This record gives sequence, C-alpha cells and structure tokens, in this order.
Amino acid sequence: MSDLTKFTIAEAREKLKGGEFTASELTEAYLTAIDAANASFNAYVEVTHDHAREMAKASDEKLVKGEAGALEGIPLGIKDLYATRGVHTQACSHVLDRFLPHYESTVTANLWADGAVMLGKLNMDEFAMGSSNETSYYGPVLNPWKSRGSNAELVPGGSSGGSAASVAAHLCAGATATDTGGSIRQPAAFTGTVGIKPTYGRCSRWGIVAFASSLDQAGPIARDVRDAAIMLKSMASVDDRDTTSVDVPVPDYEAAIGKSVKGMKIGIPKEYRVDGMPEEIDALWKKGAEWFRDAGAELVDISLPHTKYALPAYYIVAPAEASSNLARYDGVRYGLRQEGSDIIDMYEKTRAAGFGAEVKRRVMIGTYVLSAGYYDAYYLRAQKVRTLIKRDFEQAFAAGVDAILTPATPSAAFGIADQAMAADPVKMYLNDVFTVTVNMAGLPGIAVPAGLDGQGLPLGLQLIGRPFDEETLFQTAHVIEQAAGRFEPDRWW
Amino acid sequence: MSLADTRTPDPKRFIPGATGDWEIIIGMEVHAQVTSNAKLFSGASTEFGAEPNANVSLVDAAMPGMLPVINQECVRQAVRTGLGLKAQINKRSVFDRKNYFFPDLPQGYQISQYKDPIVGEGTIVISLGPDKKGEFEDIEIGIERLHLEQDAGKSMHDQHPTMSYIDLNRSGVALMEIVSKPDLRSSDEAKAYMTKLRAIVRYLGTCDGNMEEGSMRADVNVSVRRPGEPFGTRCEIKNVNSIRFIGQAIEHEARRQIAILEDGGTIDQETRLFDPGKGETRAMRSKEDAHDYRYFPDPDLLPLEFDDAFVAELAADLPELPDDKKERLISSLGLSAYDASILVSDKAIADYFEAVATGRDGKTAANWVINNLLGKLNETGHDIEETPVSPAQLGAIIDLIKAGDISGSIAKELFEIVWNEGGDPAEIVEERGMKQVTDTGAIEAEVDKVIAANPDKAEQAKEKPNLAGWFVGQVMKATGGKANPQAVNALVRQKLGVE
Repeated sequence: MSDLTKFTIAEAREKLKGGEFTASELTEAYLTAIDAANASFNAYVEVTHDHAREMAKASDEKLVKGEAGALEGIPLGIKDLYATRGVHTQACSHVLDRFLPHYESTVTANLWADGAVMLGKLNMDEFAMGSSNETSYYGPVLNPWKSRGSNAELVPGGSSGGSAASVAAHLCAGATATDTGGSIRQPAAFTGTVGIKPTYGRCSRWGIVAFASSLDQAGPIARDVRDAAIMLKSMASVDDRDTTSVDVPVPDYEAAIGKSVKGMKIGIPKEYRVDGMPEEIDALWKKGAEWFRDAGAELVDISLPHTKYALPAYYIVAPAEASSNLARYDGVRYGLRQEGSDIIDMYEKTRAAGFGAEVKRRVMIGTYVLSAGYYDAYYLRAQKVRTLIKRDFEQAFAAGVDAILTPATPSAAFGIADQAMAADPVKMYLNDVFTVTVNMAGLPGIAVPAGLDGQGLPLGLQLIGRPFDEETLFQTAHVIEQAAGRFEPDRWW
Repeated sequence: MSLADTRTPDPKRFIPGATGDWEIIIGMEVHAQVTSNAKLFSGASTEFGAEPNANVSLVDAAMPGMLPVINQECVRQAVRTGLGLKAQINKRSVFDRKNYFFPDLPQGYQISQYKDPIVGEGTIVISLGPDKKGEFEDIEIGIERLHLEQDAGKSMHDQHPTMSYIDLNRSGVALMEIVSKPDLRSSDEAKAYMTKLRAIVRYLGTCDGNMEEGSMRADVNVSVRRPGEPFGTRCEIKNVNSIRFIGQAIEHEARRQIAILEDGGTIDQETRLFDPGKGETRAMRSKEDAHDYRYFPDPDLLPLEFDDAFVAELAADLPELPDDKKERLISSLGLSAYDASILVSDKAIADYFEAVATGRDGKTAANWVINNLLGKLNETGHDIEETPVSPAQLGAIIDLIKAGDISGSIAKELFEIVWNEGGDPAEIVEERGMKQVTDTGAIEAEVDKVIAANPDKAEQAKEKPNLAGWFVGQVMKATGGKANPQAVNALVRQKLGVE
C-alpha cells in the first residue's frame, strides 16, 4: 500500500478519478508512511489521523458521485503557520502553547473546498524566522538527502523545512509553505523539490500567522512543476478579509506547462555572481542558461544594480514588522502565560520563556530600527532601497525580459548544528541572498531542482517573473525540469 | 507641527497673578467616537452597554493571522466631519501602528494615523457670551488635523482582589481625534470650543457627543505665559470627560503653573490627570517616561485613497450646520442674533424649534421655545431630550393663541397643564372651559356691569385714562380670564370715553 505515496498529485488525481484506488487508501498510505518515518524526520508536529480519514471518506463519496474538486482526495501537509480550525496552530513557537484557532485560514479553506485532505501540521522555524528549521520549538527537521558516503544529518532549509522534507520523503503529496525572504524556495532547493512564492497579493494572508506583513506570501512546495501549478491554482484567491490581496483572475497554471519558450527572453543578472559562491553553483547556473538557449529562448545579460542592498534592507524591514506583529503574544489572552508579580513582570517572563533566541534577536532588531531617532536612518532608508530594488526589476521587464534566471541558494544543504552558522547569524541570513530581492519587490519566484553537487546533494535554480505572471514561471521552470530530470533522495529511512 | 500664535493678547482674558497678569494658552485633542454600526477594522458591533466581551471579533481580540479591513462608513464619517470643520480633506492618508504594551490593547499596537491624516487644517467659530449687553463674541479657532484611530478596550480592577479583568467591547471602535491649534485663551473659550465641536458632530450625525458614555473626551494642553511672550512649557491633562470638568481642570492647572512660575520655578512637561472629586490635576507621567511609540505605516493596510467625486457626494449630502442655521434663522425668520444663537447651540433644541416654527410665526415660536420651554427645562434640571411637551403640543398651544381661542396668560396655564399632565392642548381647552370669550355681547354686559358698580372710578378715568387698565382687569377677573383681552380693552375704553 505504501507504494501509493510514489504518485505525484497529477498522477494520483487521474488514478483516483479512474478508481484505481480510493482517497481513503491513498490517505492511509501516507499516514502509514508518516507513522513509520516521522520519528526520524520530525517533519510533522501534529498528525491528524482522524481528520484525514474523515476528509478522505468525504472525498471518496464525491469521487463516486463525479463531484470531485481539483484536489479531491489529495493528502497534503500544512505548515504550522496556517490557522486550521481546532488543530495545532502554533507557528512552532512555545509562546502559542495549546492555542487552537476557531477559524480556518483562507488558503487552507480554499484547499479543503477543492477536496484536499489534511494529514497534519508541519514543522517550521519559529514564526518562520530561520533558514534551517533549527529555530523551531519542536526541534530540527532532518533533510531526507545525505551527502554521498556520509551519514551526517543535514538541514532541509527553512523556514518551511517540514514542508520541504515531507514532500521530498513522500510523507505528503504536497505541502503548503510560506515565504518572507526565501522560506519556500531555499528549502525546496535543499531538498530537490519545487517551490513557488507567488506575487505578493496572489494568496490571501488571512489566517496565516504574520511574520512580516509586507513580505509574507503563501505558496506550495511540491515534487514537480506541474504539482506546484495544481496546488497554487487552488491556494490563490482574492479575499475581502485581506485588503492586500489582489483581484486578478487565477489562470489555469497547468496549461502553461509544456508551452514552448522559443523567442522568450531570459535575463541573467550579473549581480547574482557573489563572492565565495561555489564553482558548482556557477556552473549549474550556466548550464541552466544553456538549456534555455537550447530550447530556443534568448539569453540577455541584465543588471539589477541594487541587489547588494537587498539583504541588509530586508533585515531591517522584516524584523521591524515582526517586532510589531509579535507584540500580541503577551500572555494576556491565549497561549503561554508565565505568571509575574505585576503585568510588566508577566509580559517579560512570558515573552522571555515563549520566544526562542532567533525570534528575540529579530524583535530586538526591529524595535531598535523603529525607535525614535533611528527610524529615518534605518526603516525609512530600507524602504527607499526597496523602491530601488523594485525599479531595477521593472526596468529589466520593461526592456522585454520575460523571466530572470538566478541560482536559488549560495550553497547546498548544510549540517544540522553547523558551527559557523550558529556562531554568526549573518552567515545564516546569507542563505537568502538570492531570494530576498523577490520578496522586497513583491514578485513571483520559483525554485526548481537543476542538478546535484559533487556530494550528491540537490541544487536549485530560481526563476523570477513579472507581477502576477506565475504562468511564465511554470512554463520556464518546466524547461529546466525537462532538461535536468527529477531528483529523489536515496531511501535510508 | 509648528506652533503659530494667531491671537492678539486680550486683557479681558488675562488672569492676575501675584506679580502681574498671565495669559493661558490652550490646545485641545478631542477623541470623538464615530457613529457607525461596526468597528473601524472589524464587523463587530459598537453598541453601548453590551455584556463585557460580547462585541469582540477575532480581529479585535488580535488572534494570530487576523487582518484589519477598513470600514468605509467610518471613512465617510471622518470626511463629513472634516467638511463640517471646513477643513482640508486628504484624498490619500496612511494608517500607522502606534506600538505599546497594555493589557487592553490586544494587538500590542493601536492603528492610528500619524504623518498623513485623513483631514488637515480647518476652523471652528466659537461663540462666547452672552455678555451683560446680551451680545456674543465670535472667535475663529484653528483645527490642526483630524485622524481616524482605534479605541482600546477597558481594564476593570474592581472585579477580583488580585487580578484585573479586560472588556474588549470598545477595542477597535473608531475614534476621530480632532486636534485644535493652540488658539484657546481661557477656560470659557475651551468650554465654548468643546460645546461647538459637539454641536457640529451632532448636527453631522458623525458622533453622538454623549460625554457621559465616553463618546467624547478631551486631552487638554495648558500652558501659561506673560502676555506677549513666547509659549511656555505645556502640561497635557488626559481624558477629561465633561465640559464642566474641562473648565475646572484648566482653571486649576493654570493656577498651579502660575504659582510655580511666580515662585521662580519651572514647569515640567508632563501628562496629568484631572480628579473631579478634588477639582485638581495631578502628575501621571513625565516626559522622560513618555513611550517611544515606534510609529510606522501599517503593512496590513494599503494607503487610504478616494477621489474628488467621493468627497463631493458627501459634501452634497451634508446637513445644515449651526453657523449656517443661525444665519438663516436671522435672515429668513427675523430672529435676533441672541435668540438664533441659543436655538442653534444644540441640535436637539434647533430640531425642536424648527418643528414648532414650521408653518408658524418664527419669532413667536422662538419666544415660546426659549422663554417657556427652555426656561422650564432649566428650572427643572432637564435636557431637551427629556421634555414632556412635544413640538406638536407646543405648536398647538401657539395655534390656539393665534386663533384667538386663548389669551397669552391662559396659554401659560395651558403649558403648565400639558407639561404636568400631557394631552392634546385643544381638547384640554375645550374640556376645561378655558376658551376665551369672544362674544362681544357677553363681554359688553360684563363691562357695563363693572362700570355701573364703580361710578366714581369711571368718572376719574376721564381724567386719568390709565385707570382703564383697572376696569379691564376687573372684567377679566369676572370672566375668569376667558374674555379676549383686546376686545375687553376696546369696549372699556369706548364705554369710558377714553382714548
């Protein structure tokens, strides 16, 4: 039975409709796989067996009646950042202990409306702050990939580490994730999966625990480009409860897959060739460009001159917003409360105990940059940089570039408890060097596996598109997928 | 904000100290609750007096992942108010977060408007008076800005020996913060400002103005100076919730500051609270303790933008405001400025008056409303909203006078009856035989009778025509006041042969 987990969403969808197996059988196969392997991966922080079985049963009834939705009976994992009614929703933070929402996020509600089945809640960096999933209150997640000839445990990336690992290890057919600075694309690249951060405003943020409101976006992590397209179609919607969501029709993303890229212009930005980047990544980037040339696309050298300011500016804007967004976790109404001698003492004890070190660091950075006397020098200037970054992209697209090709990450997956990363938070932040620009500009970006490094670890390439032109990203990412092939970890679990 | 001094020092306003005169400088920040069914960023009800925490949405309780959505009606109300203050309407404004921790502030920040408010500079004309000559003095007071913001919840400290309870019903309710320029120069001006501002928002229907329910409250900035000198250091008196208290707080605070300065001391910029029981202000926090609110634009909300047509539509539907109404009452009904000022001072009084005046003589209606109705309300300590005599009843009384059915003095009696017992004035007159006698035959008989009974006085009257009044009085008495006084007067003079 566990064999059923090998099918992609697209494959399972056809077989469910064809009656080759039932949604209940498919869900059972995934639950069995999770029960067997989650102790190793720590990808799920909560497995919702009963919930999943009920949803699968309902899907089977719909499948029989021919009323199947776009994701009918497809078992998904949900990042712990999404509010799921009556189910564990803690952003993997101690401060939200025992919090159970009375509401369902818009994105997950969209998925359930299309027939998807929830397997459980996925591990992540606390409040989505991290690039290795090590800041989770529930402990790190293991990457299913290992270096050739090594047994060292590697991180799956972050913050959507649980999402990426569970997709790569077939502990779900696909997973929801979120991306504020690279939290979908970096873990996708580290695990050989496909992750897309859509345009800001494409998916509703309602019911997703906020990290940095002007940067946060929901998106899927899936096994291949087509599955990512199927999932995003269901996840995306305008929402009158999120006034930053945008009323643009959601196209049939799948239809873009397989379309020729002949005559398209692919931009290669020179600023993404950073110091100390492994030769292998540069080589892979060149290879990716060649695949496009082979497919009939035109390569264009472009310049995005403000790229180097993106990361520092991001680490002002995101913590500033986070410091305010996380103020509500005060022990007064829900979640953790550490009693104190008075209200201030209670706040201090609760927040000291409830937040991990990385969250505290960012709350402090954010509080600092918004303080009187520093606001103009930091926050205001970072917002100006953001405008310039956005303009760089606008000029490139205005010059006729259809998509921009870059590496997804400056390295392959690194080890859990990496000493260099632990000693210097900036080293960890550098993981996002190729991805943050996209969030700062509000653009869509997709990470797609393009090859393995010398250690046998997956490496990804990133494609960046025009606002609301996710179709071009699926179309172009599919070119890479076709040329590079698919990558699955050797099964050791 | 730069502080400009727009007023010429007026000795009338000075208050004497031990070492010379002082001038008080006052600026007001008024928080006015927007009249709307739902809160500023959530669909929860704003109804007053609900059970604690009955009107709380997921947004108001700051549940994880909840997002604010602007209530368009609150935007319209703010624009209407801005128009009523003859102010600059900003077609683009920005919501900011004001960050601070407080148990009744669930988000850990208040959504407010900081750098770019929805309404900019405007003016309010306040009326001081009447003075001994019965005249009003009009003064133009500058408005700095009006912005929209969320109210906080309420902490209750008397429900449990060691814990505080939180009621979030008010959390997220829309407030307009209306900031004046430092243009006020006395407690009377400050009270007149608050009265006028309350009248304007009530006319507009944008705030109910009920200060006892907390719908309007003022932060009062007070400083003192020697006339003609630059502004002194100010203290802010927080959350004063009645017009009377505003006056008391300013008087006390000015005296306190003058005493310090005359003793050679300096004023510390601080936030103070007014204690109505003791009639004094006391320190709450100093400038050093002031929060760093870390304002920044709320990333959950796009800038608030609308077009000229949106404003024009609201402007077209704007009701008549007190100043315009006063003009109209004077020019088209012929009322005195004094009467018009009194009638427009409160929308409820104006509405009452206009109901009575419709189809009737304006001056008569004004006299009755001001002298009889307002006099009686004042005497019995009631508000216009509590009047036992409706506009229709008062109108009927006036109609009865006009028709000649009752005299003025009977009308006053009738007013008392209606005030105490209610009922239809016309029916009361009929049932109780209060109708005045207009039958000249009957009146003539009474006149003859009185003259016949008093031949000496009738004789004297020929020399002293004023005695005619005595005969009129006797006839009126004999007819129980029901005779038409004009008819009696005419007959008496005719029969006595006096002019």
